[in-house]
Amino acid sequence: MTVKNNAVAGAVKTSHKEPLFHLVKRTDIATWKKWLIRVVAVVIALLIAGIVCAALTGGKNFVKFYSELFSGSLGTVWRLQVMLQAWAILMCISLAVTPAFKMRFWNIGAEGQTLISALAAVVCIIYFGGKIPEPALIMTMLAFSVVAGAIWAVIPAIFKAFWGTNETLFTLMMNYVATQLVLYAVNIWAKDGSGTLGVLSHGSFDKLFGMEYIQNVVFVTLLTVIVFVYLKFFKHGYELEVVGESVNTAKYIGINVKKVIIRTMVFSGVMCGLAGFLLVGGSPSPTVNANLVGGRGFTAILVSWLSKFSPIAMIFVTLLVVFLERGATQAANTMRLGDSGAFVDIVVGLFFLLIIACEFFLNYKIKFRKKEGK
Amino acid sequence: MKLKKILALVLILAVVGALVVSLAACNDDEEFKVGFIFLHDENSTYDKNFIDAARAATEAMGLSESQVLFRTNVPETDACYNTARELVDAGCDVIFADSFGHEKFMLQAAREFPEVEFCHATGTQAHTAGVANFHNAFATIYEGRYLAGIAAGMKLKAMYGDATTGAVSDANAKIGYVGAYPYAEVKSGYTSFFLGVRSIVPNATMEVVYTNSWYSEAAEKEGANRLIANGAKLISQHADSMGAPSACEQARIPNVSYNGSTAADCPNTFIISSRIDWVPYFKYMIEQAKKGEAIVADWCGTIETGSVVLTELGAAAAPGTQEAIDAAKAQLAAGTLKVFDTSKFTVNGQTLTTYLADVDDAGDYVAETEAIHDGYFHESEYRSAPYFDILIDGITEGGNVTVQE
Repeated sequence: MTVKNNAVAGAVKTSHKEPLFHLVKRTDIATWKKWLIRVVAVVIALLIAGIVCAALTGGKNFVKFYSELFSGSLGTVWRLQVMLQAWAILMCISLAVTPAFKMRFWNIGAEGQTLISALAAVVCIIYFGGKIPEPALIMTMLAFSVVAGAIWAVIPAIFKAFWGTNETLFTLMMNYVATQLVLYAVNIWAKDGSGTLGVLSHGSFDKLFGMEYIQNVVFVTLLTVIVFVYLKFFKHGYELEVVGESVNTAKYIGINVKKVIIRTMVFSGVMCGLAGFLLVGGSPSPTVNANLVGGRGFTAILVSWLSKFSPIAMIFVTLLVVFLERGATQAANTMRLGDSGAFVDIVVGLFFLLIIACEFFLNYKIKFRKKEGK
Repeated sequence: MKLKKILALVLILAVVGALVVSLAACNDDEEFKVGFIFLHDENSTYDKNFIDAARAATEAMGLSESQVLFRTNVPETDACYNTARELVDAGCDVIFADSFGHEKFMLQAAREFPEVEFCHATGTQAHTAGVANFHNAFATIYEGRYLAGIAAGMKLKAMYGDATTGAVSDANAKIGYVGAYPYAEVKSGYTSFFLGVRSIVPNATMEVVYTNSWYSEAAEKEGANRLIANGAKLISQHADSMGAPSACEQARIPNVSYNGSTAADCPNTFIISSRIDWVPYFKYMIEQAKKGEAIVADWCGTIETGSVVLTELGAAAAPGTQEAIDAAKAQLAAGTLKVFDTSKFTVNGQTLTTYLADVDDAGDYVAETEAIHDGYFHESEYRSAPYFDILIDGITEGGNVTVQE
């Protein structure tokens, strides 16, 4: 949004034609103020969500919404485990999309990259499950998943690097291809025609550390450290940032742009591959269906941007998102808000809306016109 | 950077604090509780049918709202297992799930929590799984479909020679069917519907398209439109959105619905709807669990138990429909009429005398049970969930409908 546009929007016909208000870029805001504003935005989002909840239940349940929010995500050890699992998967995909976005490569194909990796892991289970030892099966699954994710990511990258194709459309279309491949595969494997696989009896490495889903949290935490170090201290991380800022600058200082694009997307794809692998093998009940990723490939994009591509900030943003999702689901179910899916979307949507809106006010200041003749 | 760290610390403290508070607030009393897991929510006609029944049954039995836990939009992934476990955590004594694909996740939870009863609609494994606290339930819905087929046949017959509705004749008495997946539950459903139609219009043919989804409004609409374009004069469906009925209303093509009346949205085209009323099963399931008595492994409701019901006729129904349905219903009850009477249909021009059905679902997809004797296919007798999966003459499969949403 430019200053000029807003000047027109806010214009009132006066003799000297000074607009009612205009926007000024902020440069001076203190860090603590920034964080205060963000916290206030989250609090307002929660307040509105509480009001929506109360409105939907006839004026009651304003307070109950908040107790359900906490109880739904943290109320029992099991709920905490489920929330941590949700965190691990969303975090893994958010980390995966980050290097590409930092490079200004608009990869909106994380959904498909993760799904195709999950499918690859299930392919291993279906064809090798019970025929090779379980540890070998799990290693094969990991290899298949990672390769599948990398392939799904590198195809649009190659086209972008060599022929300048639009990566947004390309990665989006790859999502649809992945979905259809999953439907196709499940239809072949489920010979009764029901289109559901159910729980596969091999290929789960869940409870590696004695508790369901915990191994995923451990792996993703390690991955967070790796990505943080890669982006901050490695030459690769610097190069992709330069390509993102200006392709010409990158060329001028001798960076091989094509190589950087392809390398970065392979890295992204590998991480999506890991997410797909964890979704299947890191579950007590491995399976695959077209909704397995469930839109997290897109939520991850928002998370990555909101975190300004910082893996450390991402930990908390992801935690907040899954906390809201789990809590709002519980609230909707307890209060019988019929369509609980919609209510969860409202709560999470409010959070994103308010936090994105506050970013605007962190970057711009509104200046109103001074009174006439003063 | 320092401030960021402080903020992080505050957040962690808040989370831990909340955990302590909510744990302290959690009072796990010994109250009887029942949990329900639904694949979608009330927007799906299939799930709405279960949700309404769960409400009606639990209210009738005097259970308070805190004793009845609903979980909607639970996909057929480990989310189903997670939810079942969460309901166990919340103190549920009996947990019910409504979608075919939930079964293996419920079975897994049942094995882990033997003190809780797990019930599952439309499933196939309980009668052979040997897990004492895992149970299946279904109903002889093929009888309901057959009766709805009679209503469709009466309508088709009434449209014969009527130029304003597209002049149906023996040569083009074609109907259409939008199915979800090409498996037994759907095939048994459309075959019984078709046999009902044929009992009135012997020349009728039917084209079936599959959406490969239980709920895809766009695909179901597209499927119905394709069938209409292919000459279908009347349409029915076994998929859970309003896609097909609303496409029919737009095109003014009569529609036989499923899982409940669509008369309010489709006043000009709605004829009738069959559905399973789950109230009798829910009452049985809750009563047994409350008393601590065993729930049968495989429960099959019938017209007599009140599990298979038809809605009121819509304005589009032909005159005399109610009488025709009542007559057939009486014959079904008396046992003089069998829906899958092998003298009423052929396969590749031959009358069937033998057919092995995959009744015992060991995951091998191997058919092992002889289902035809005494002149009819014994549907839902060896297992509540349907296993009639034969493509009979007169029905053609018109492929899949794929719509990217």
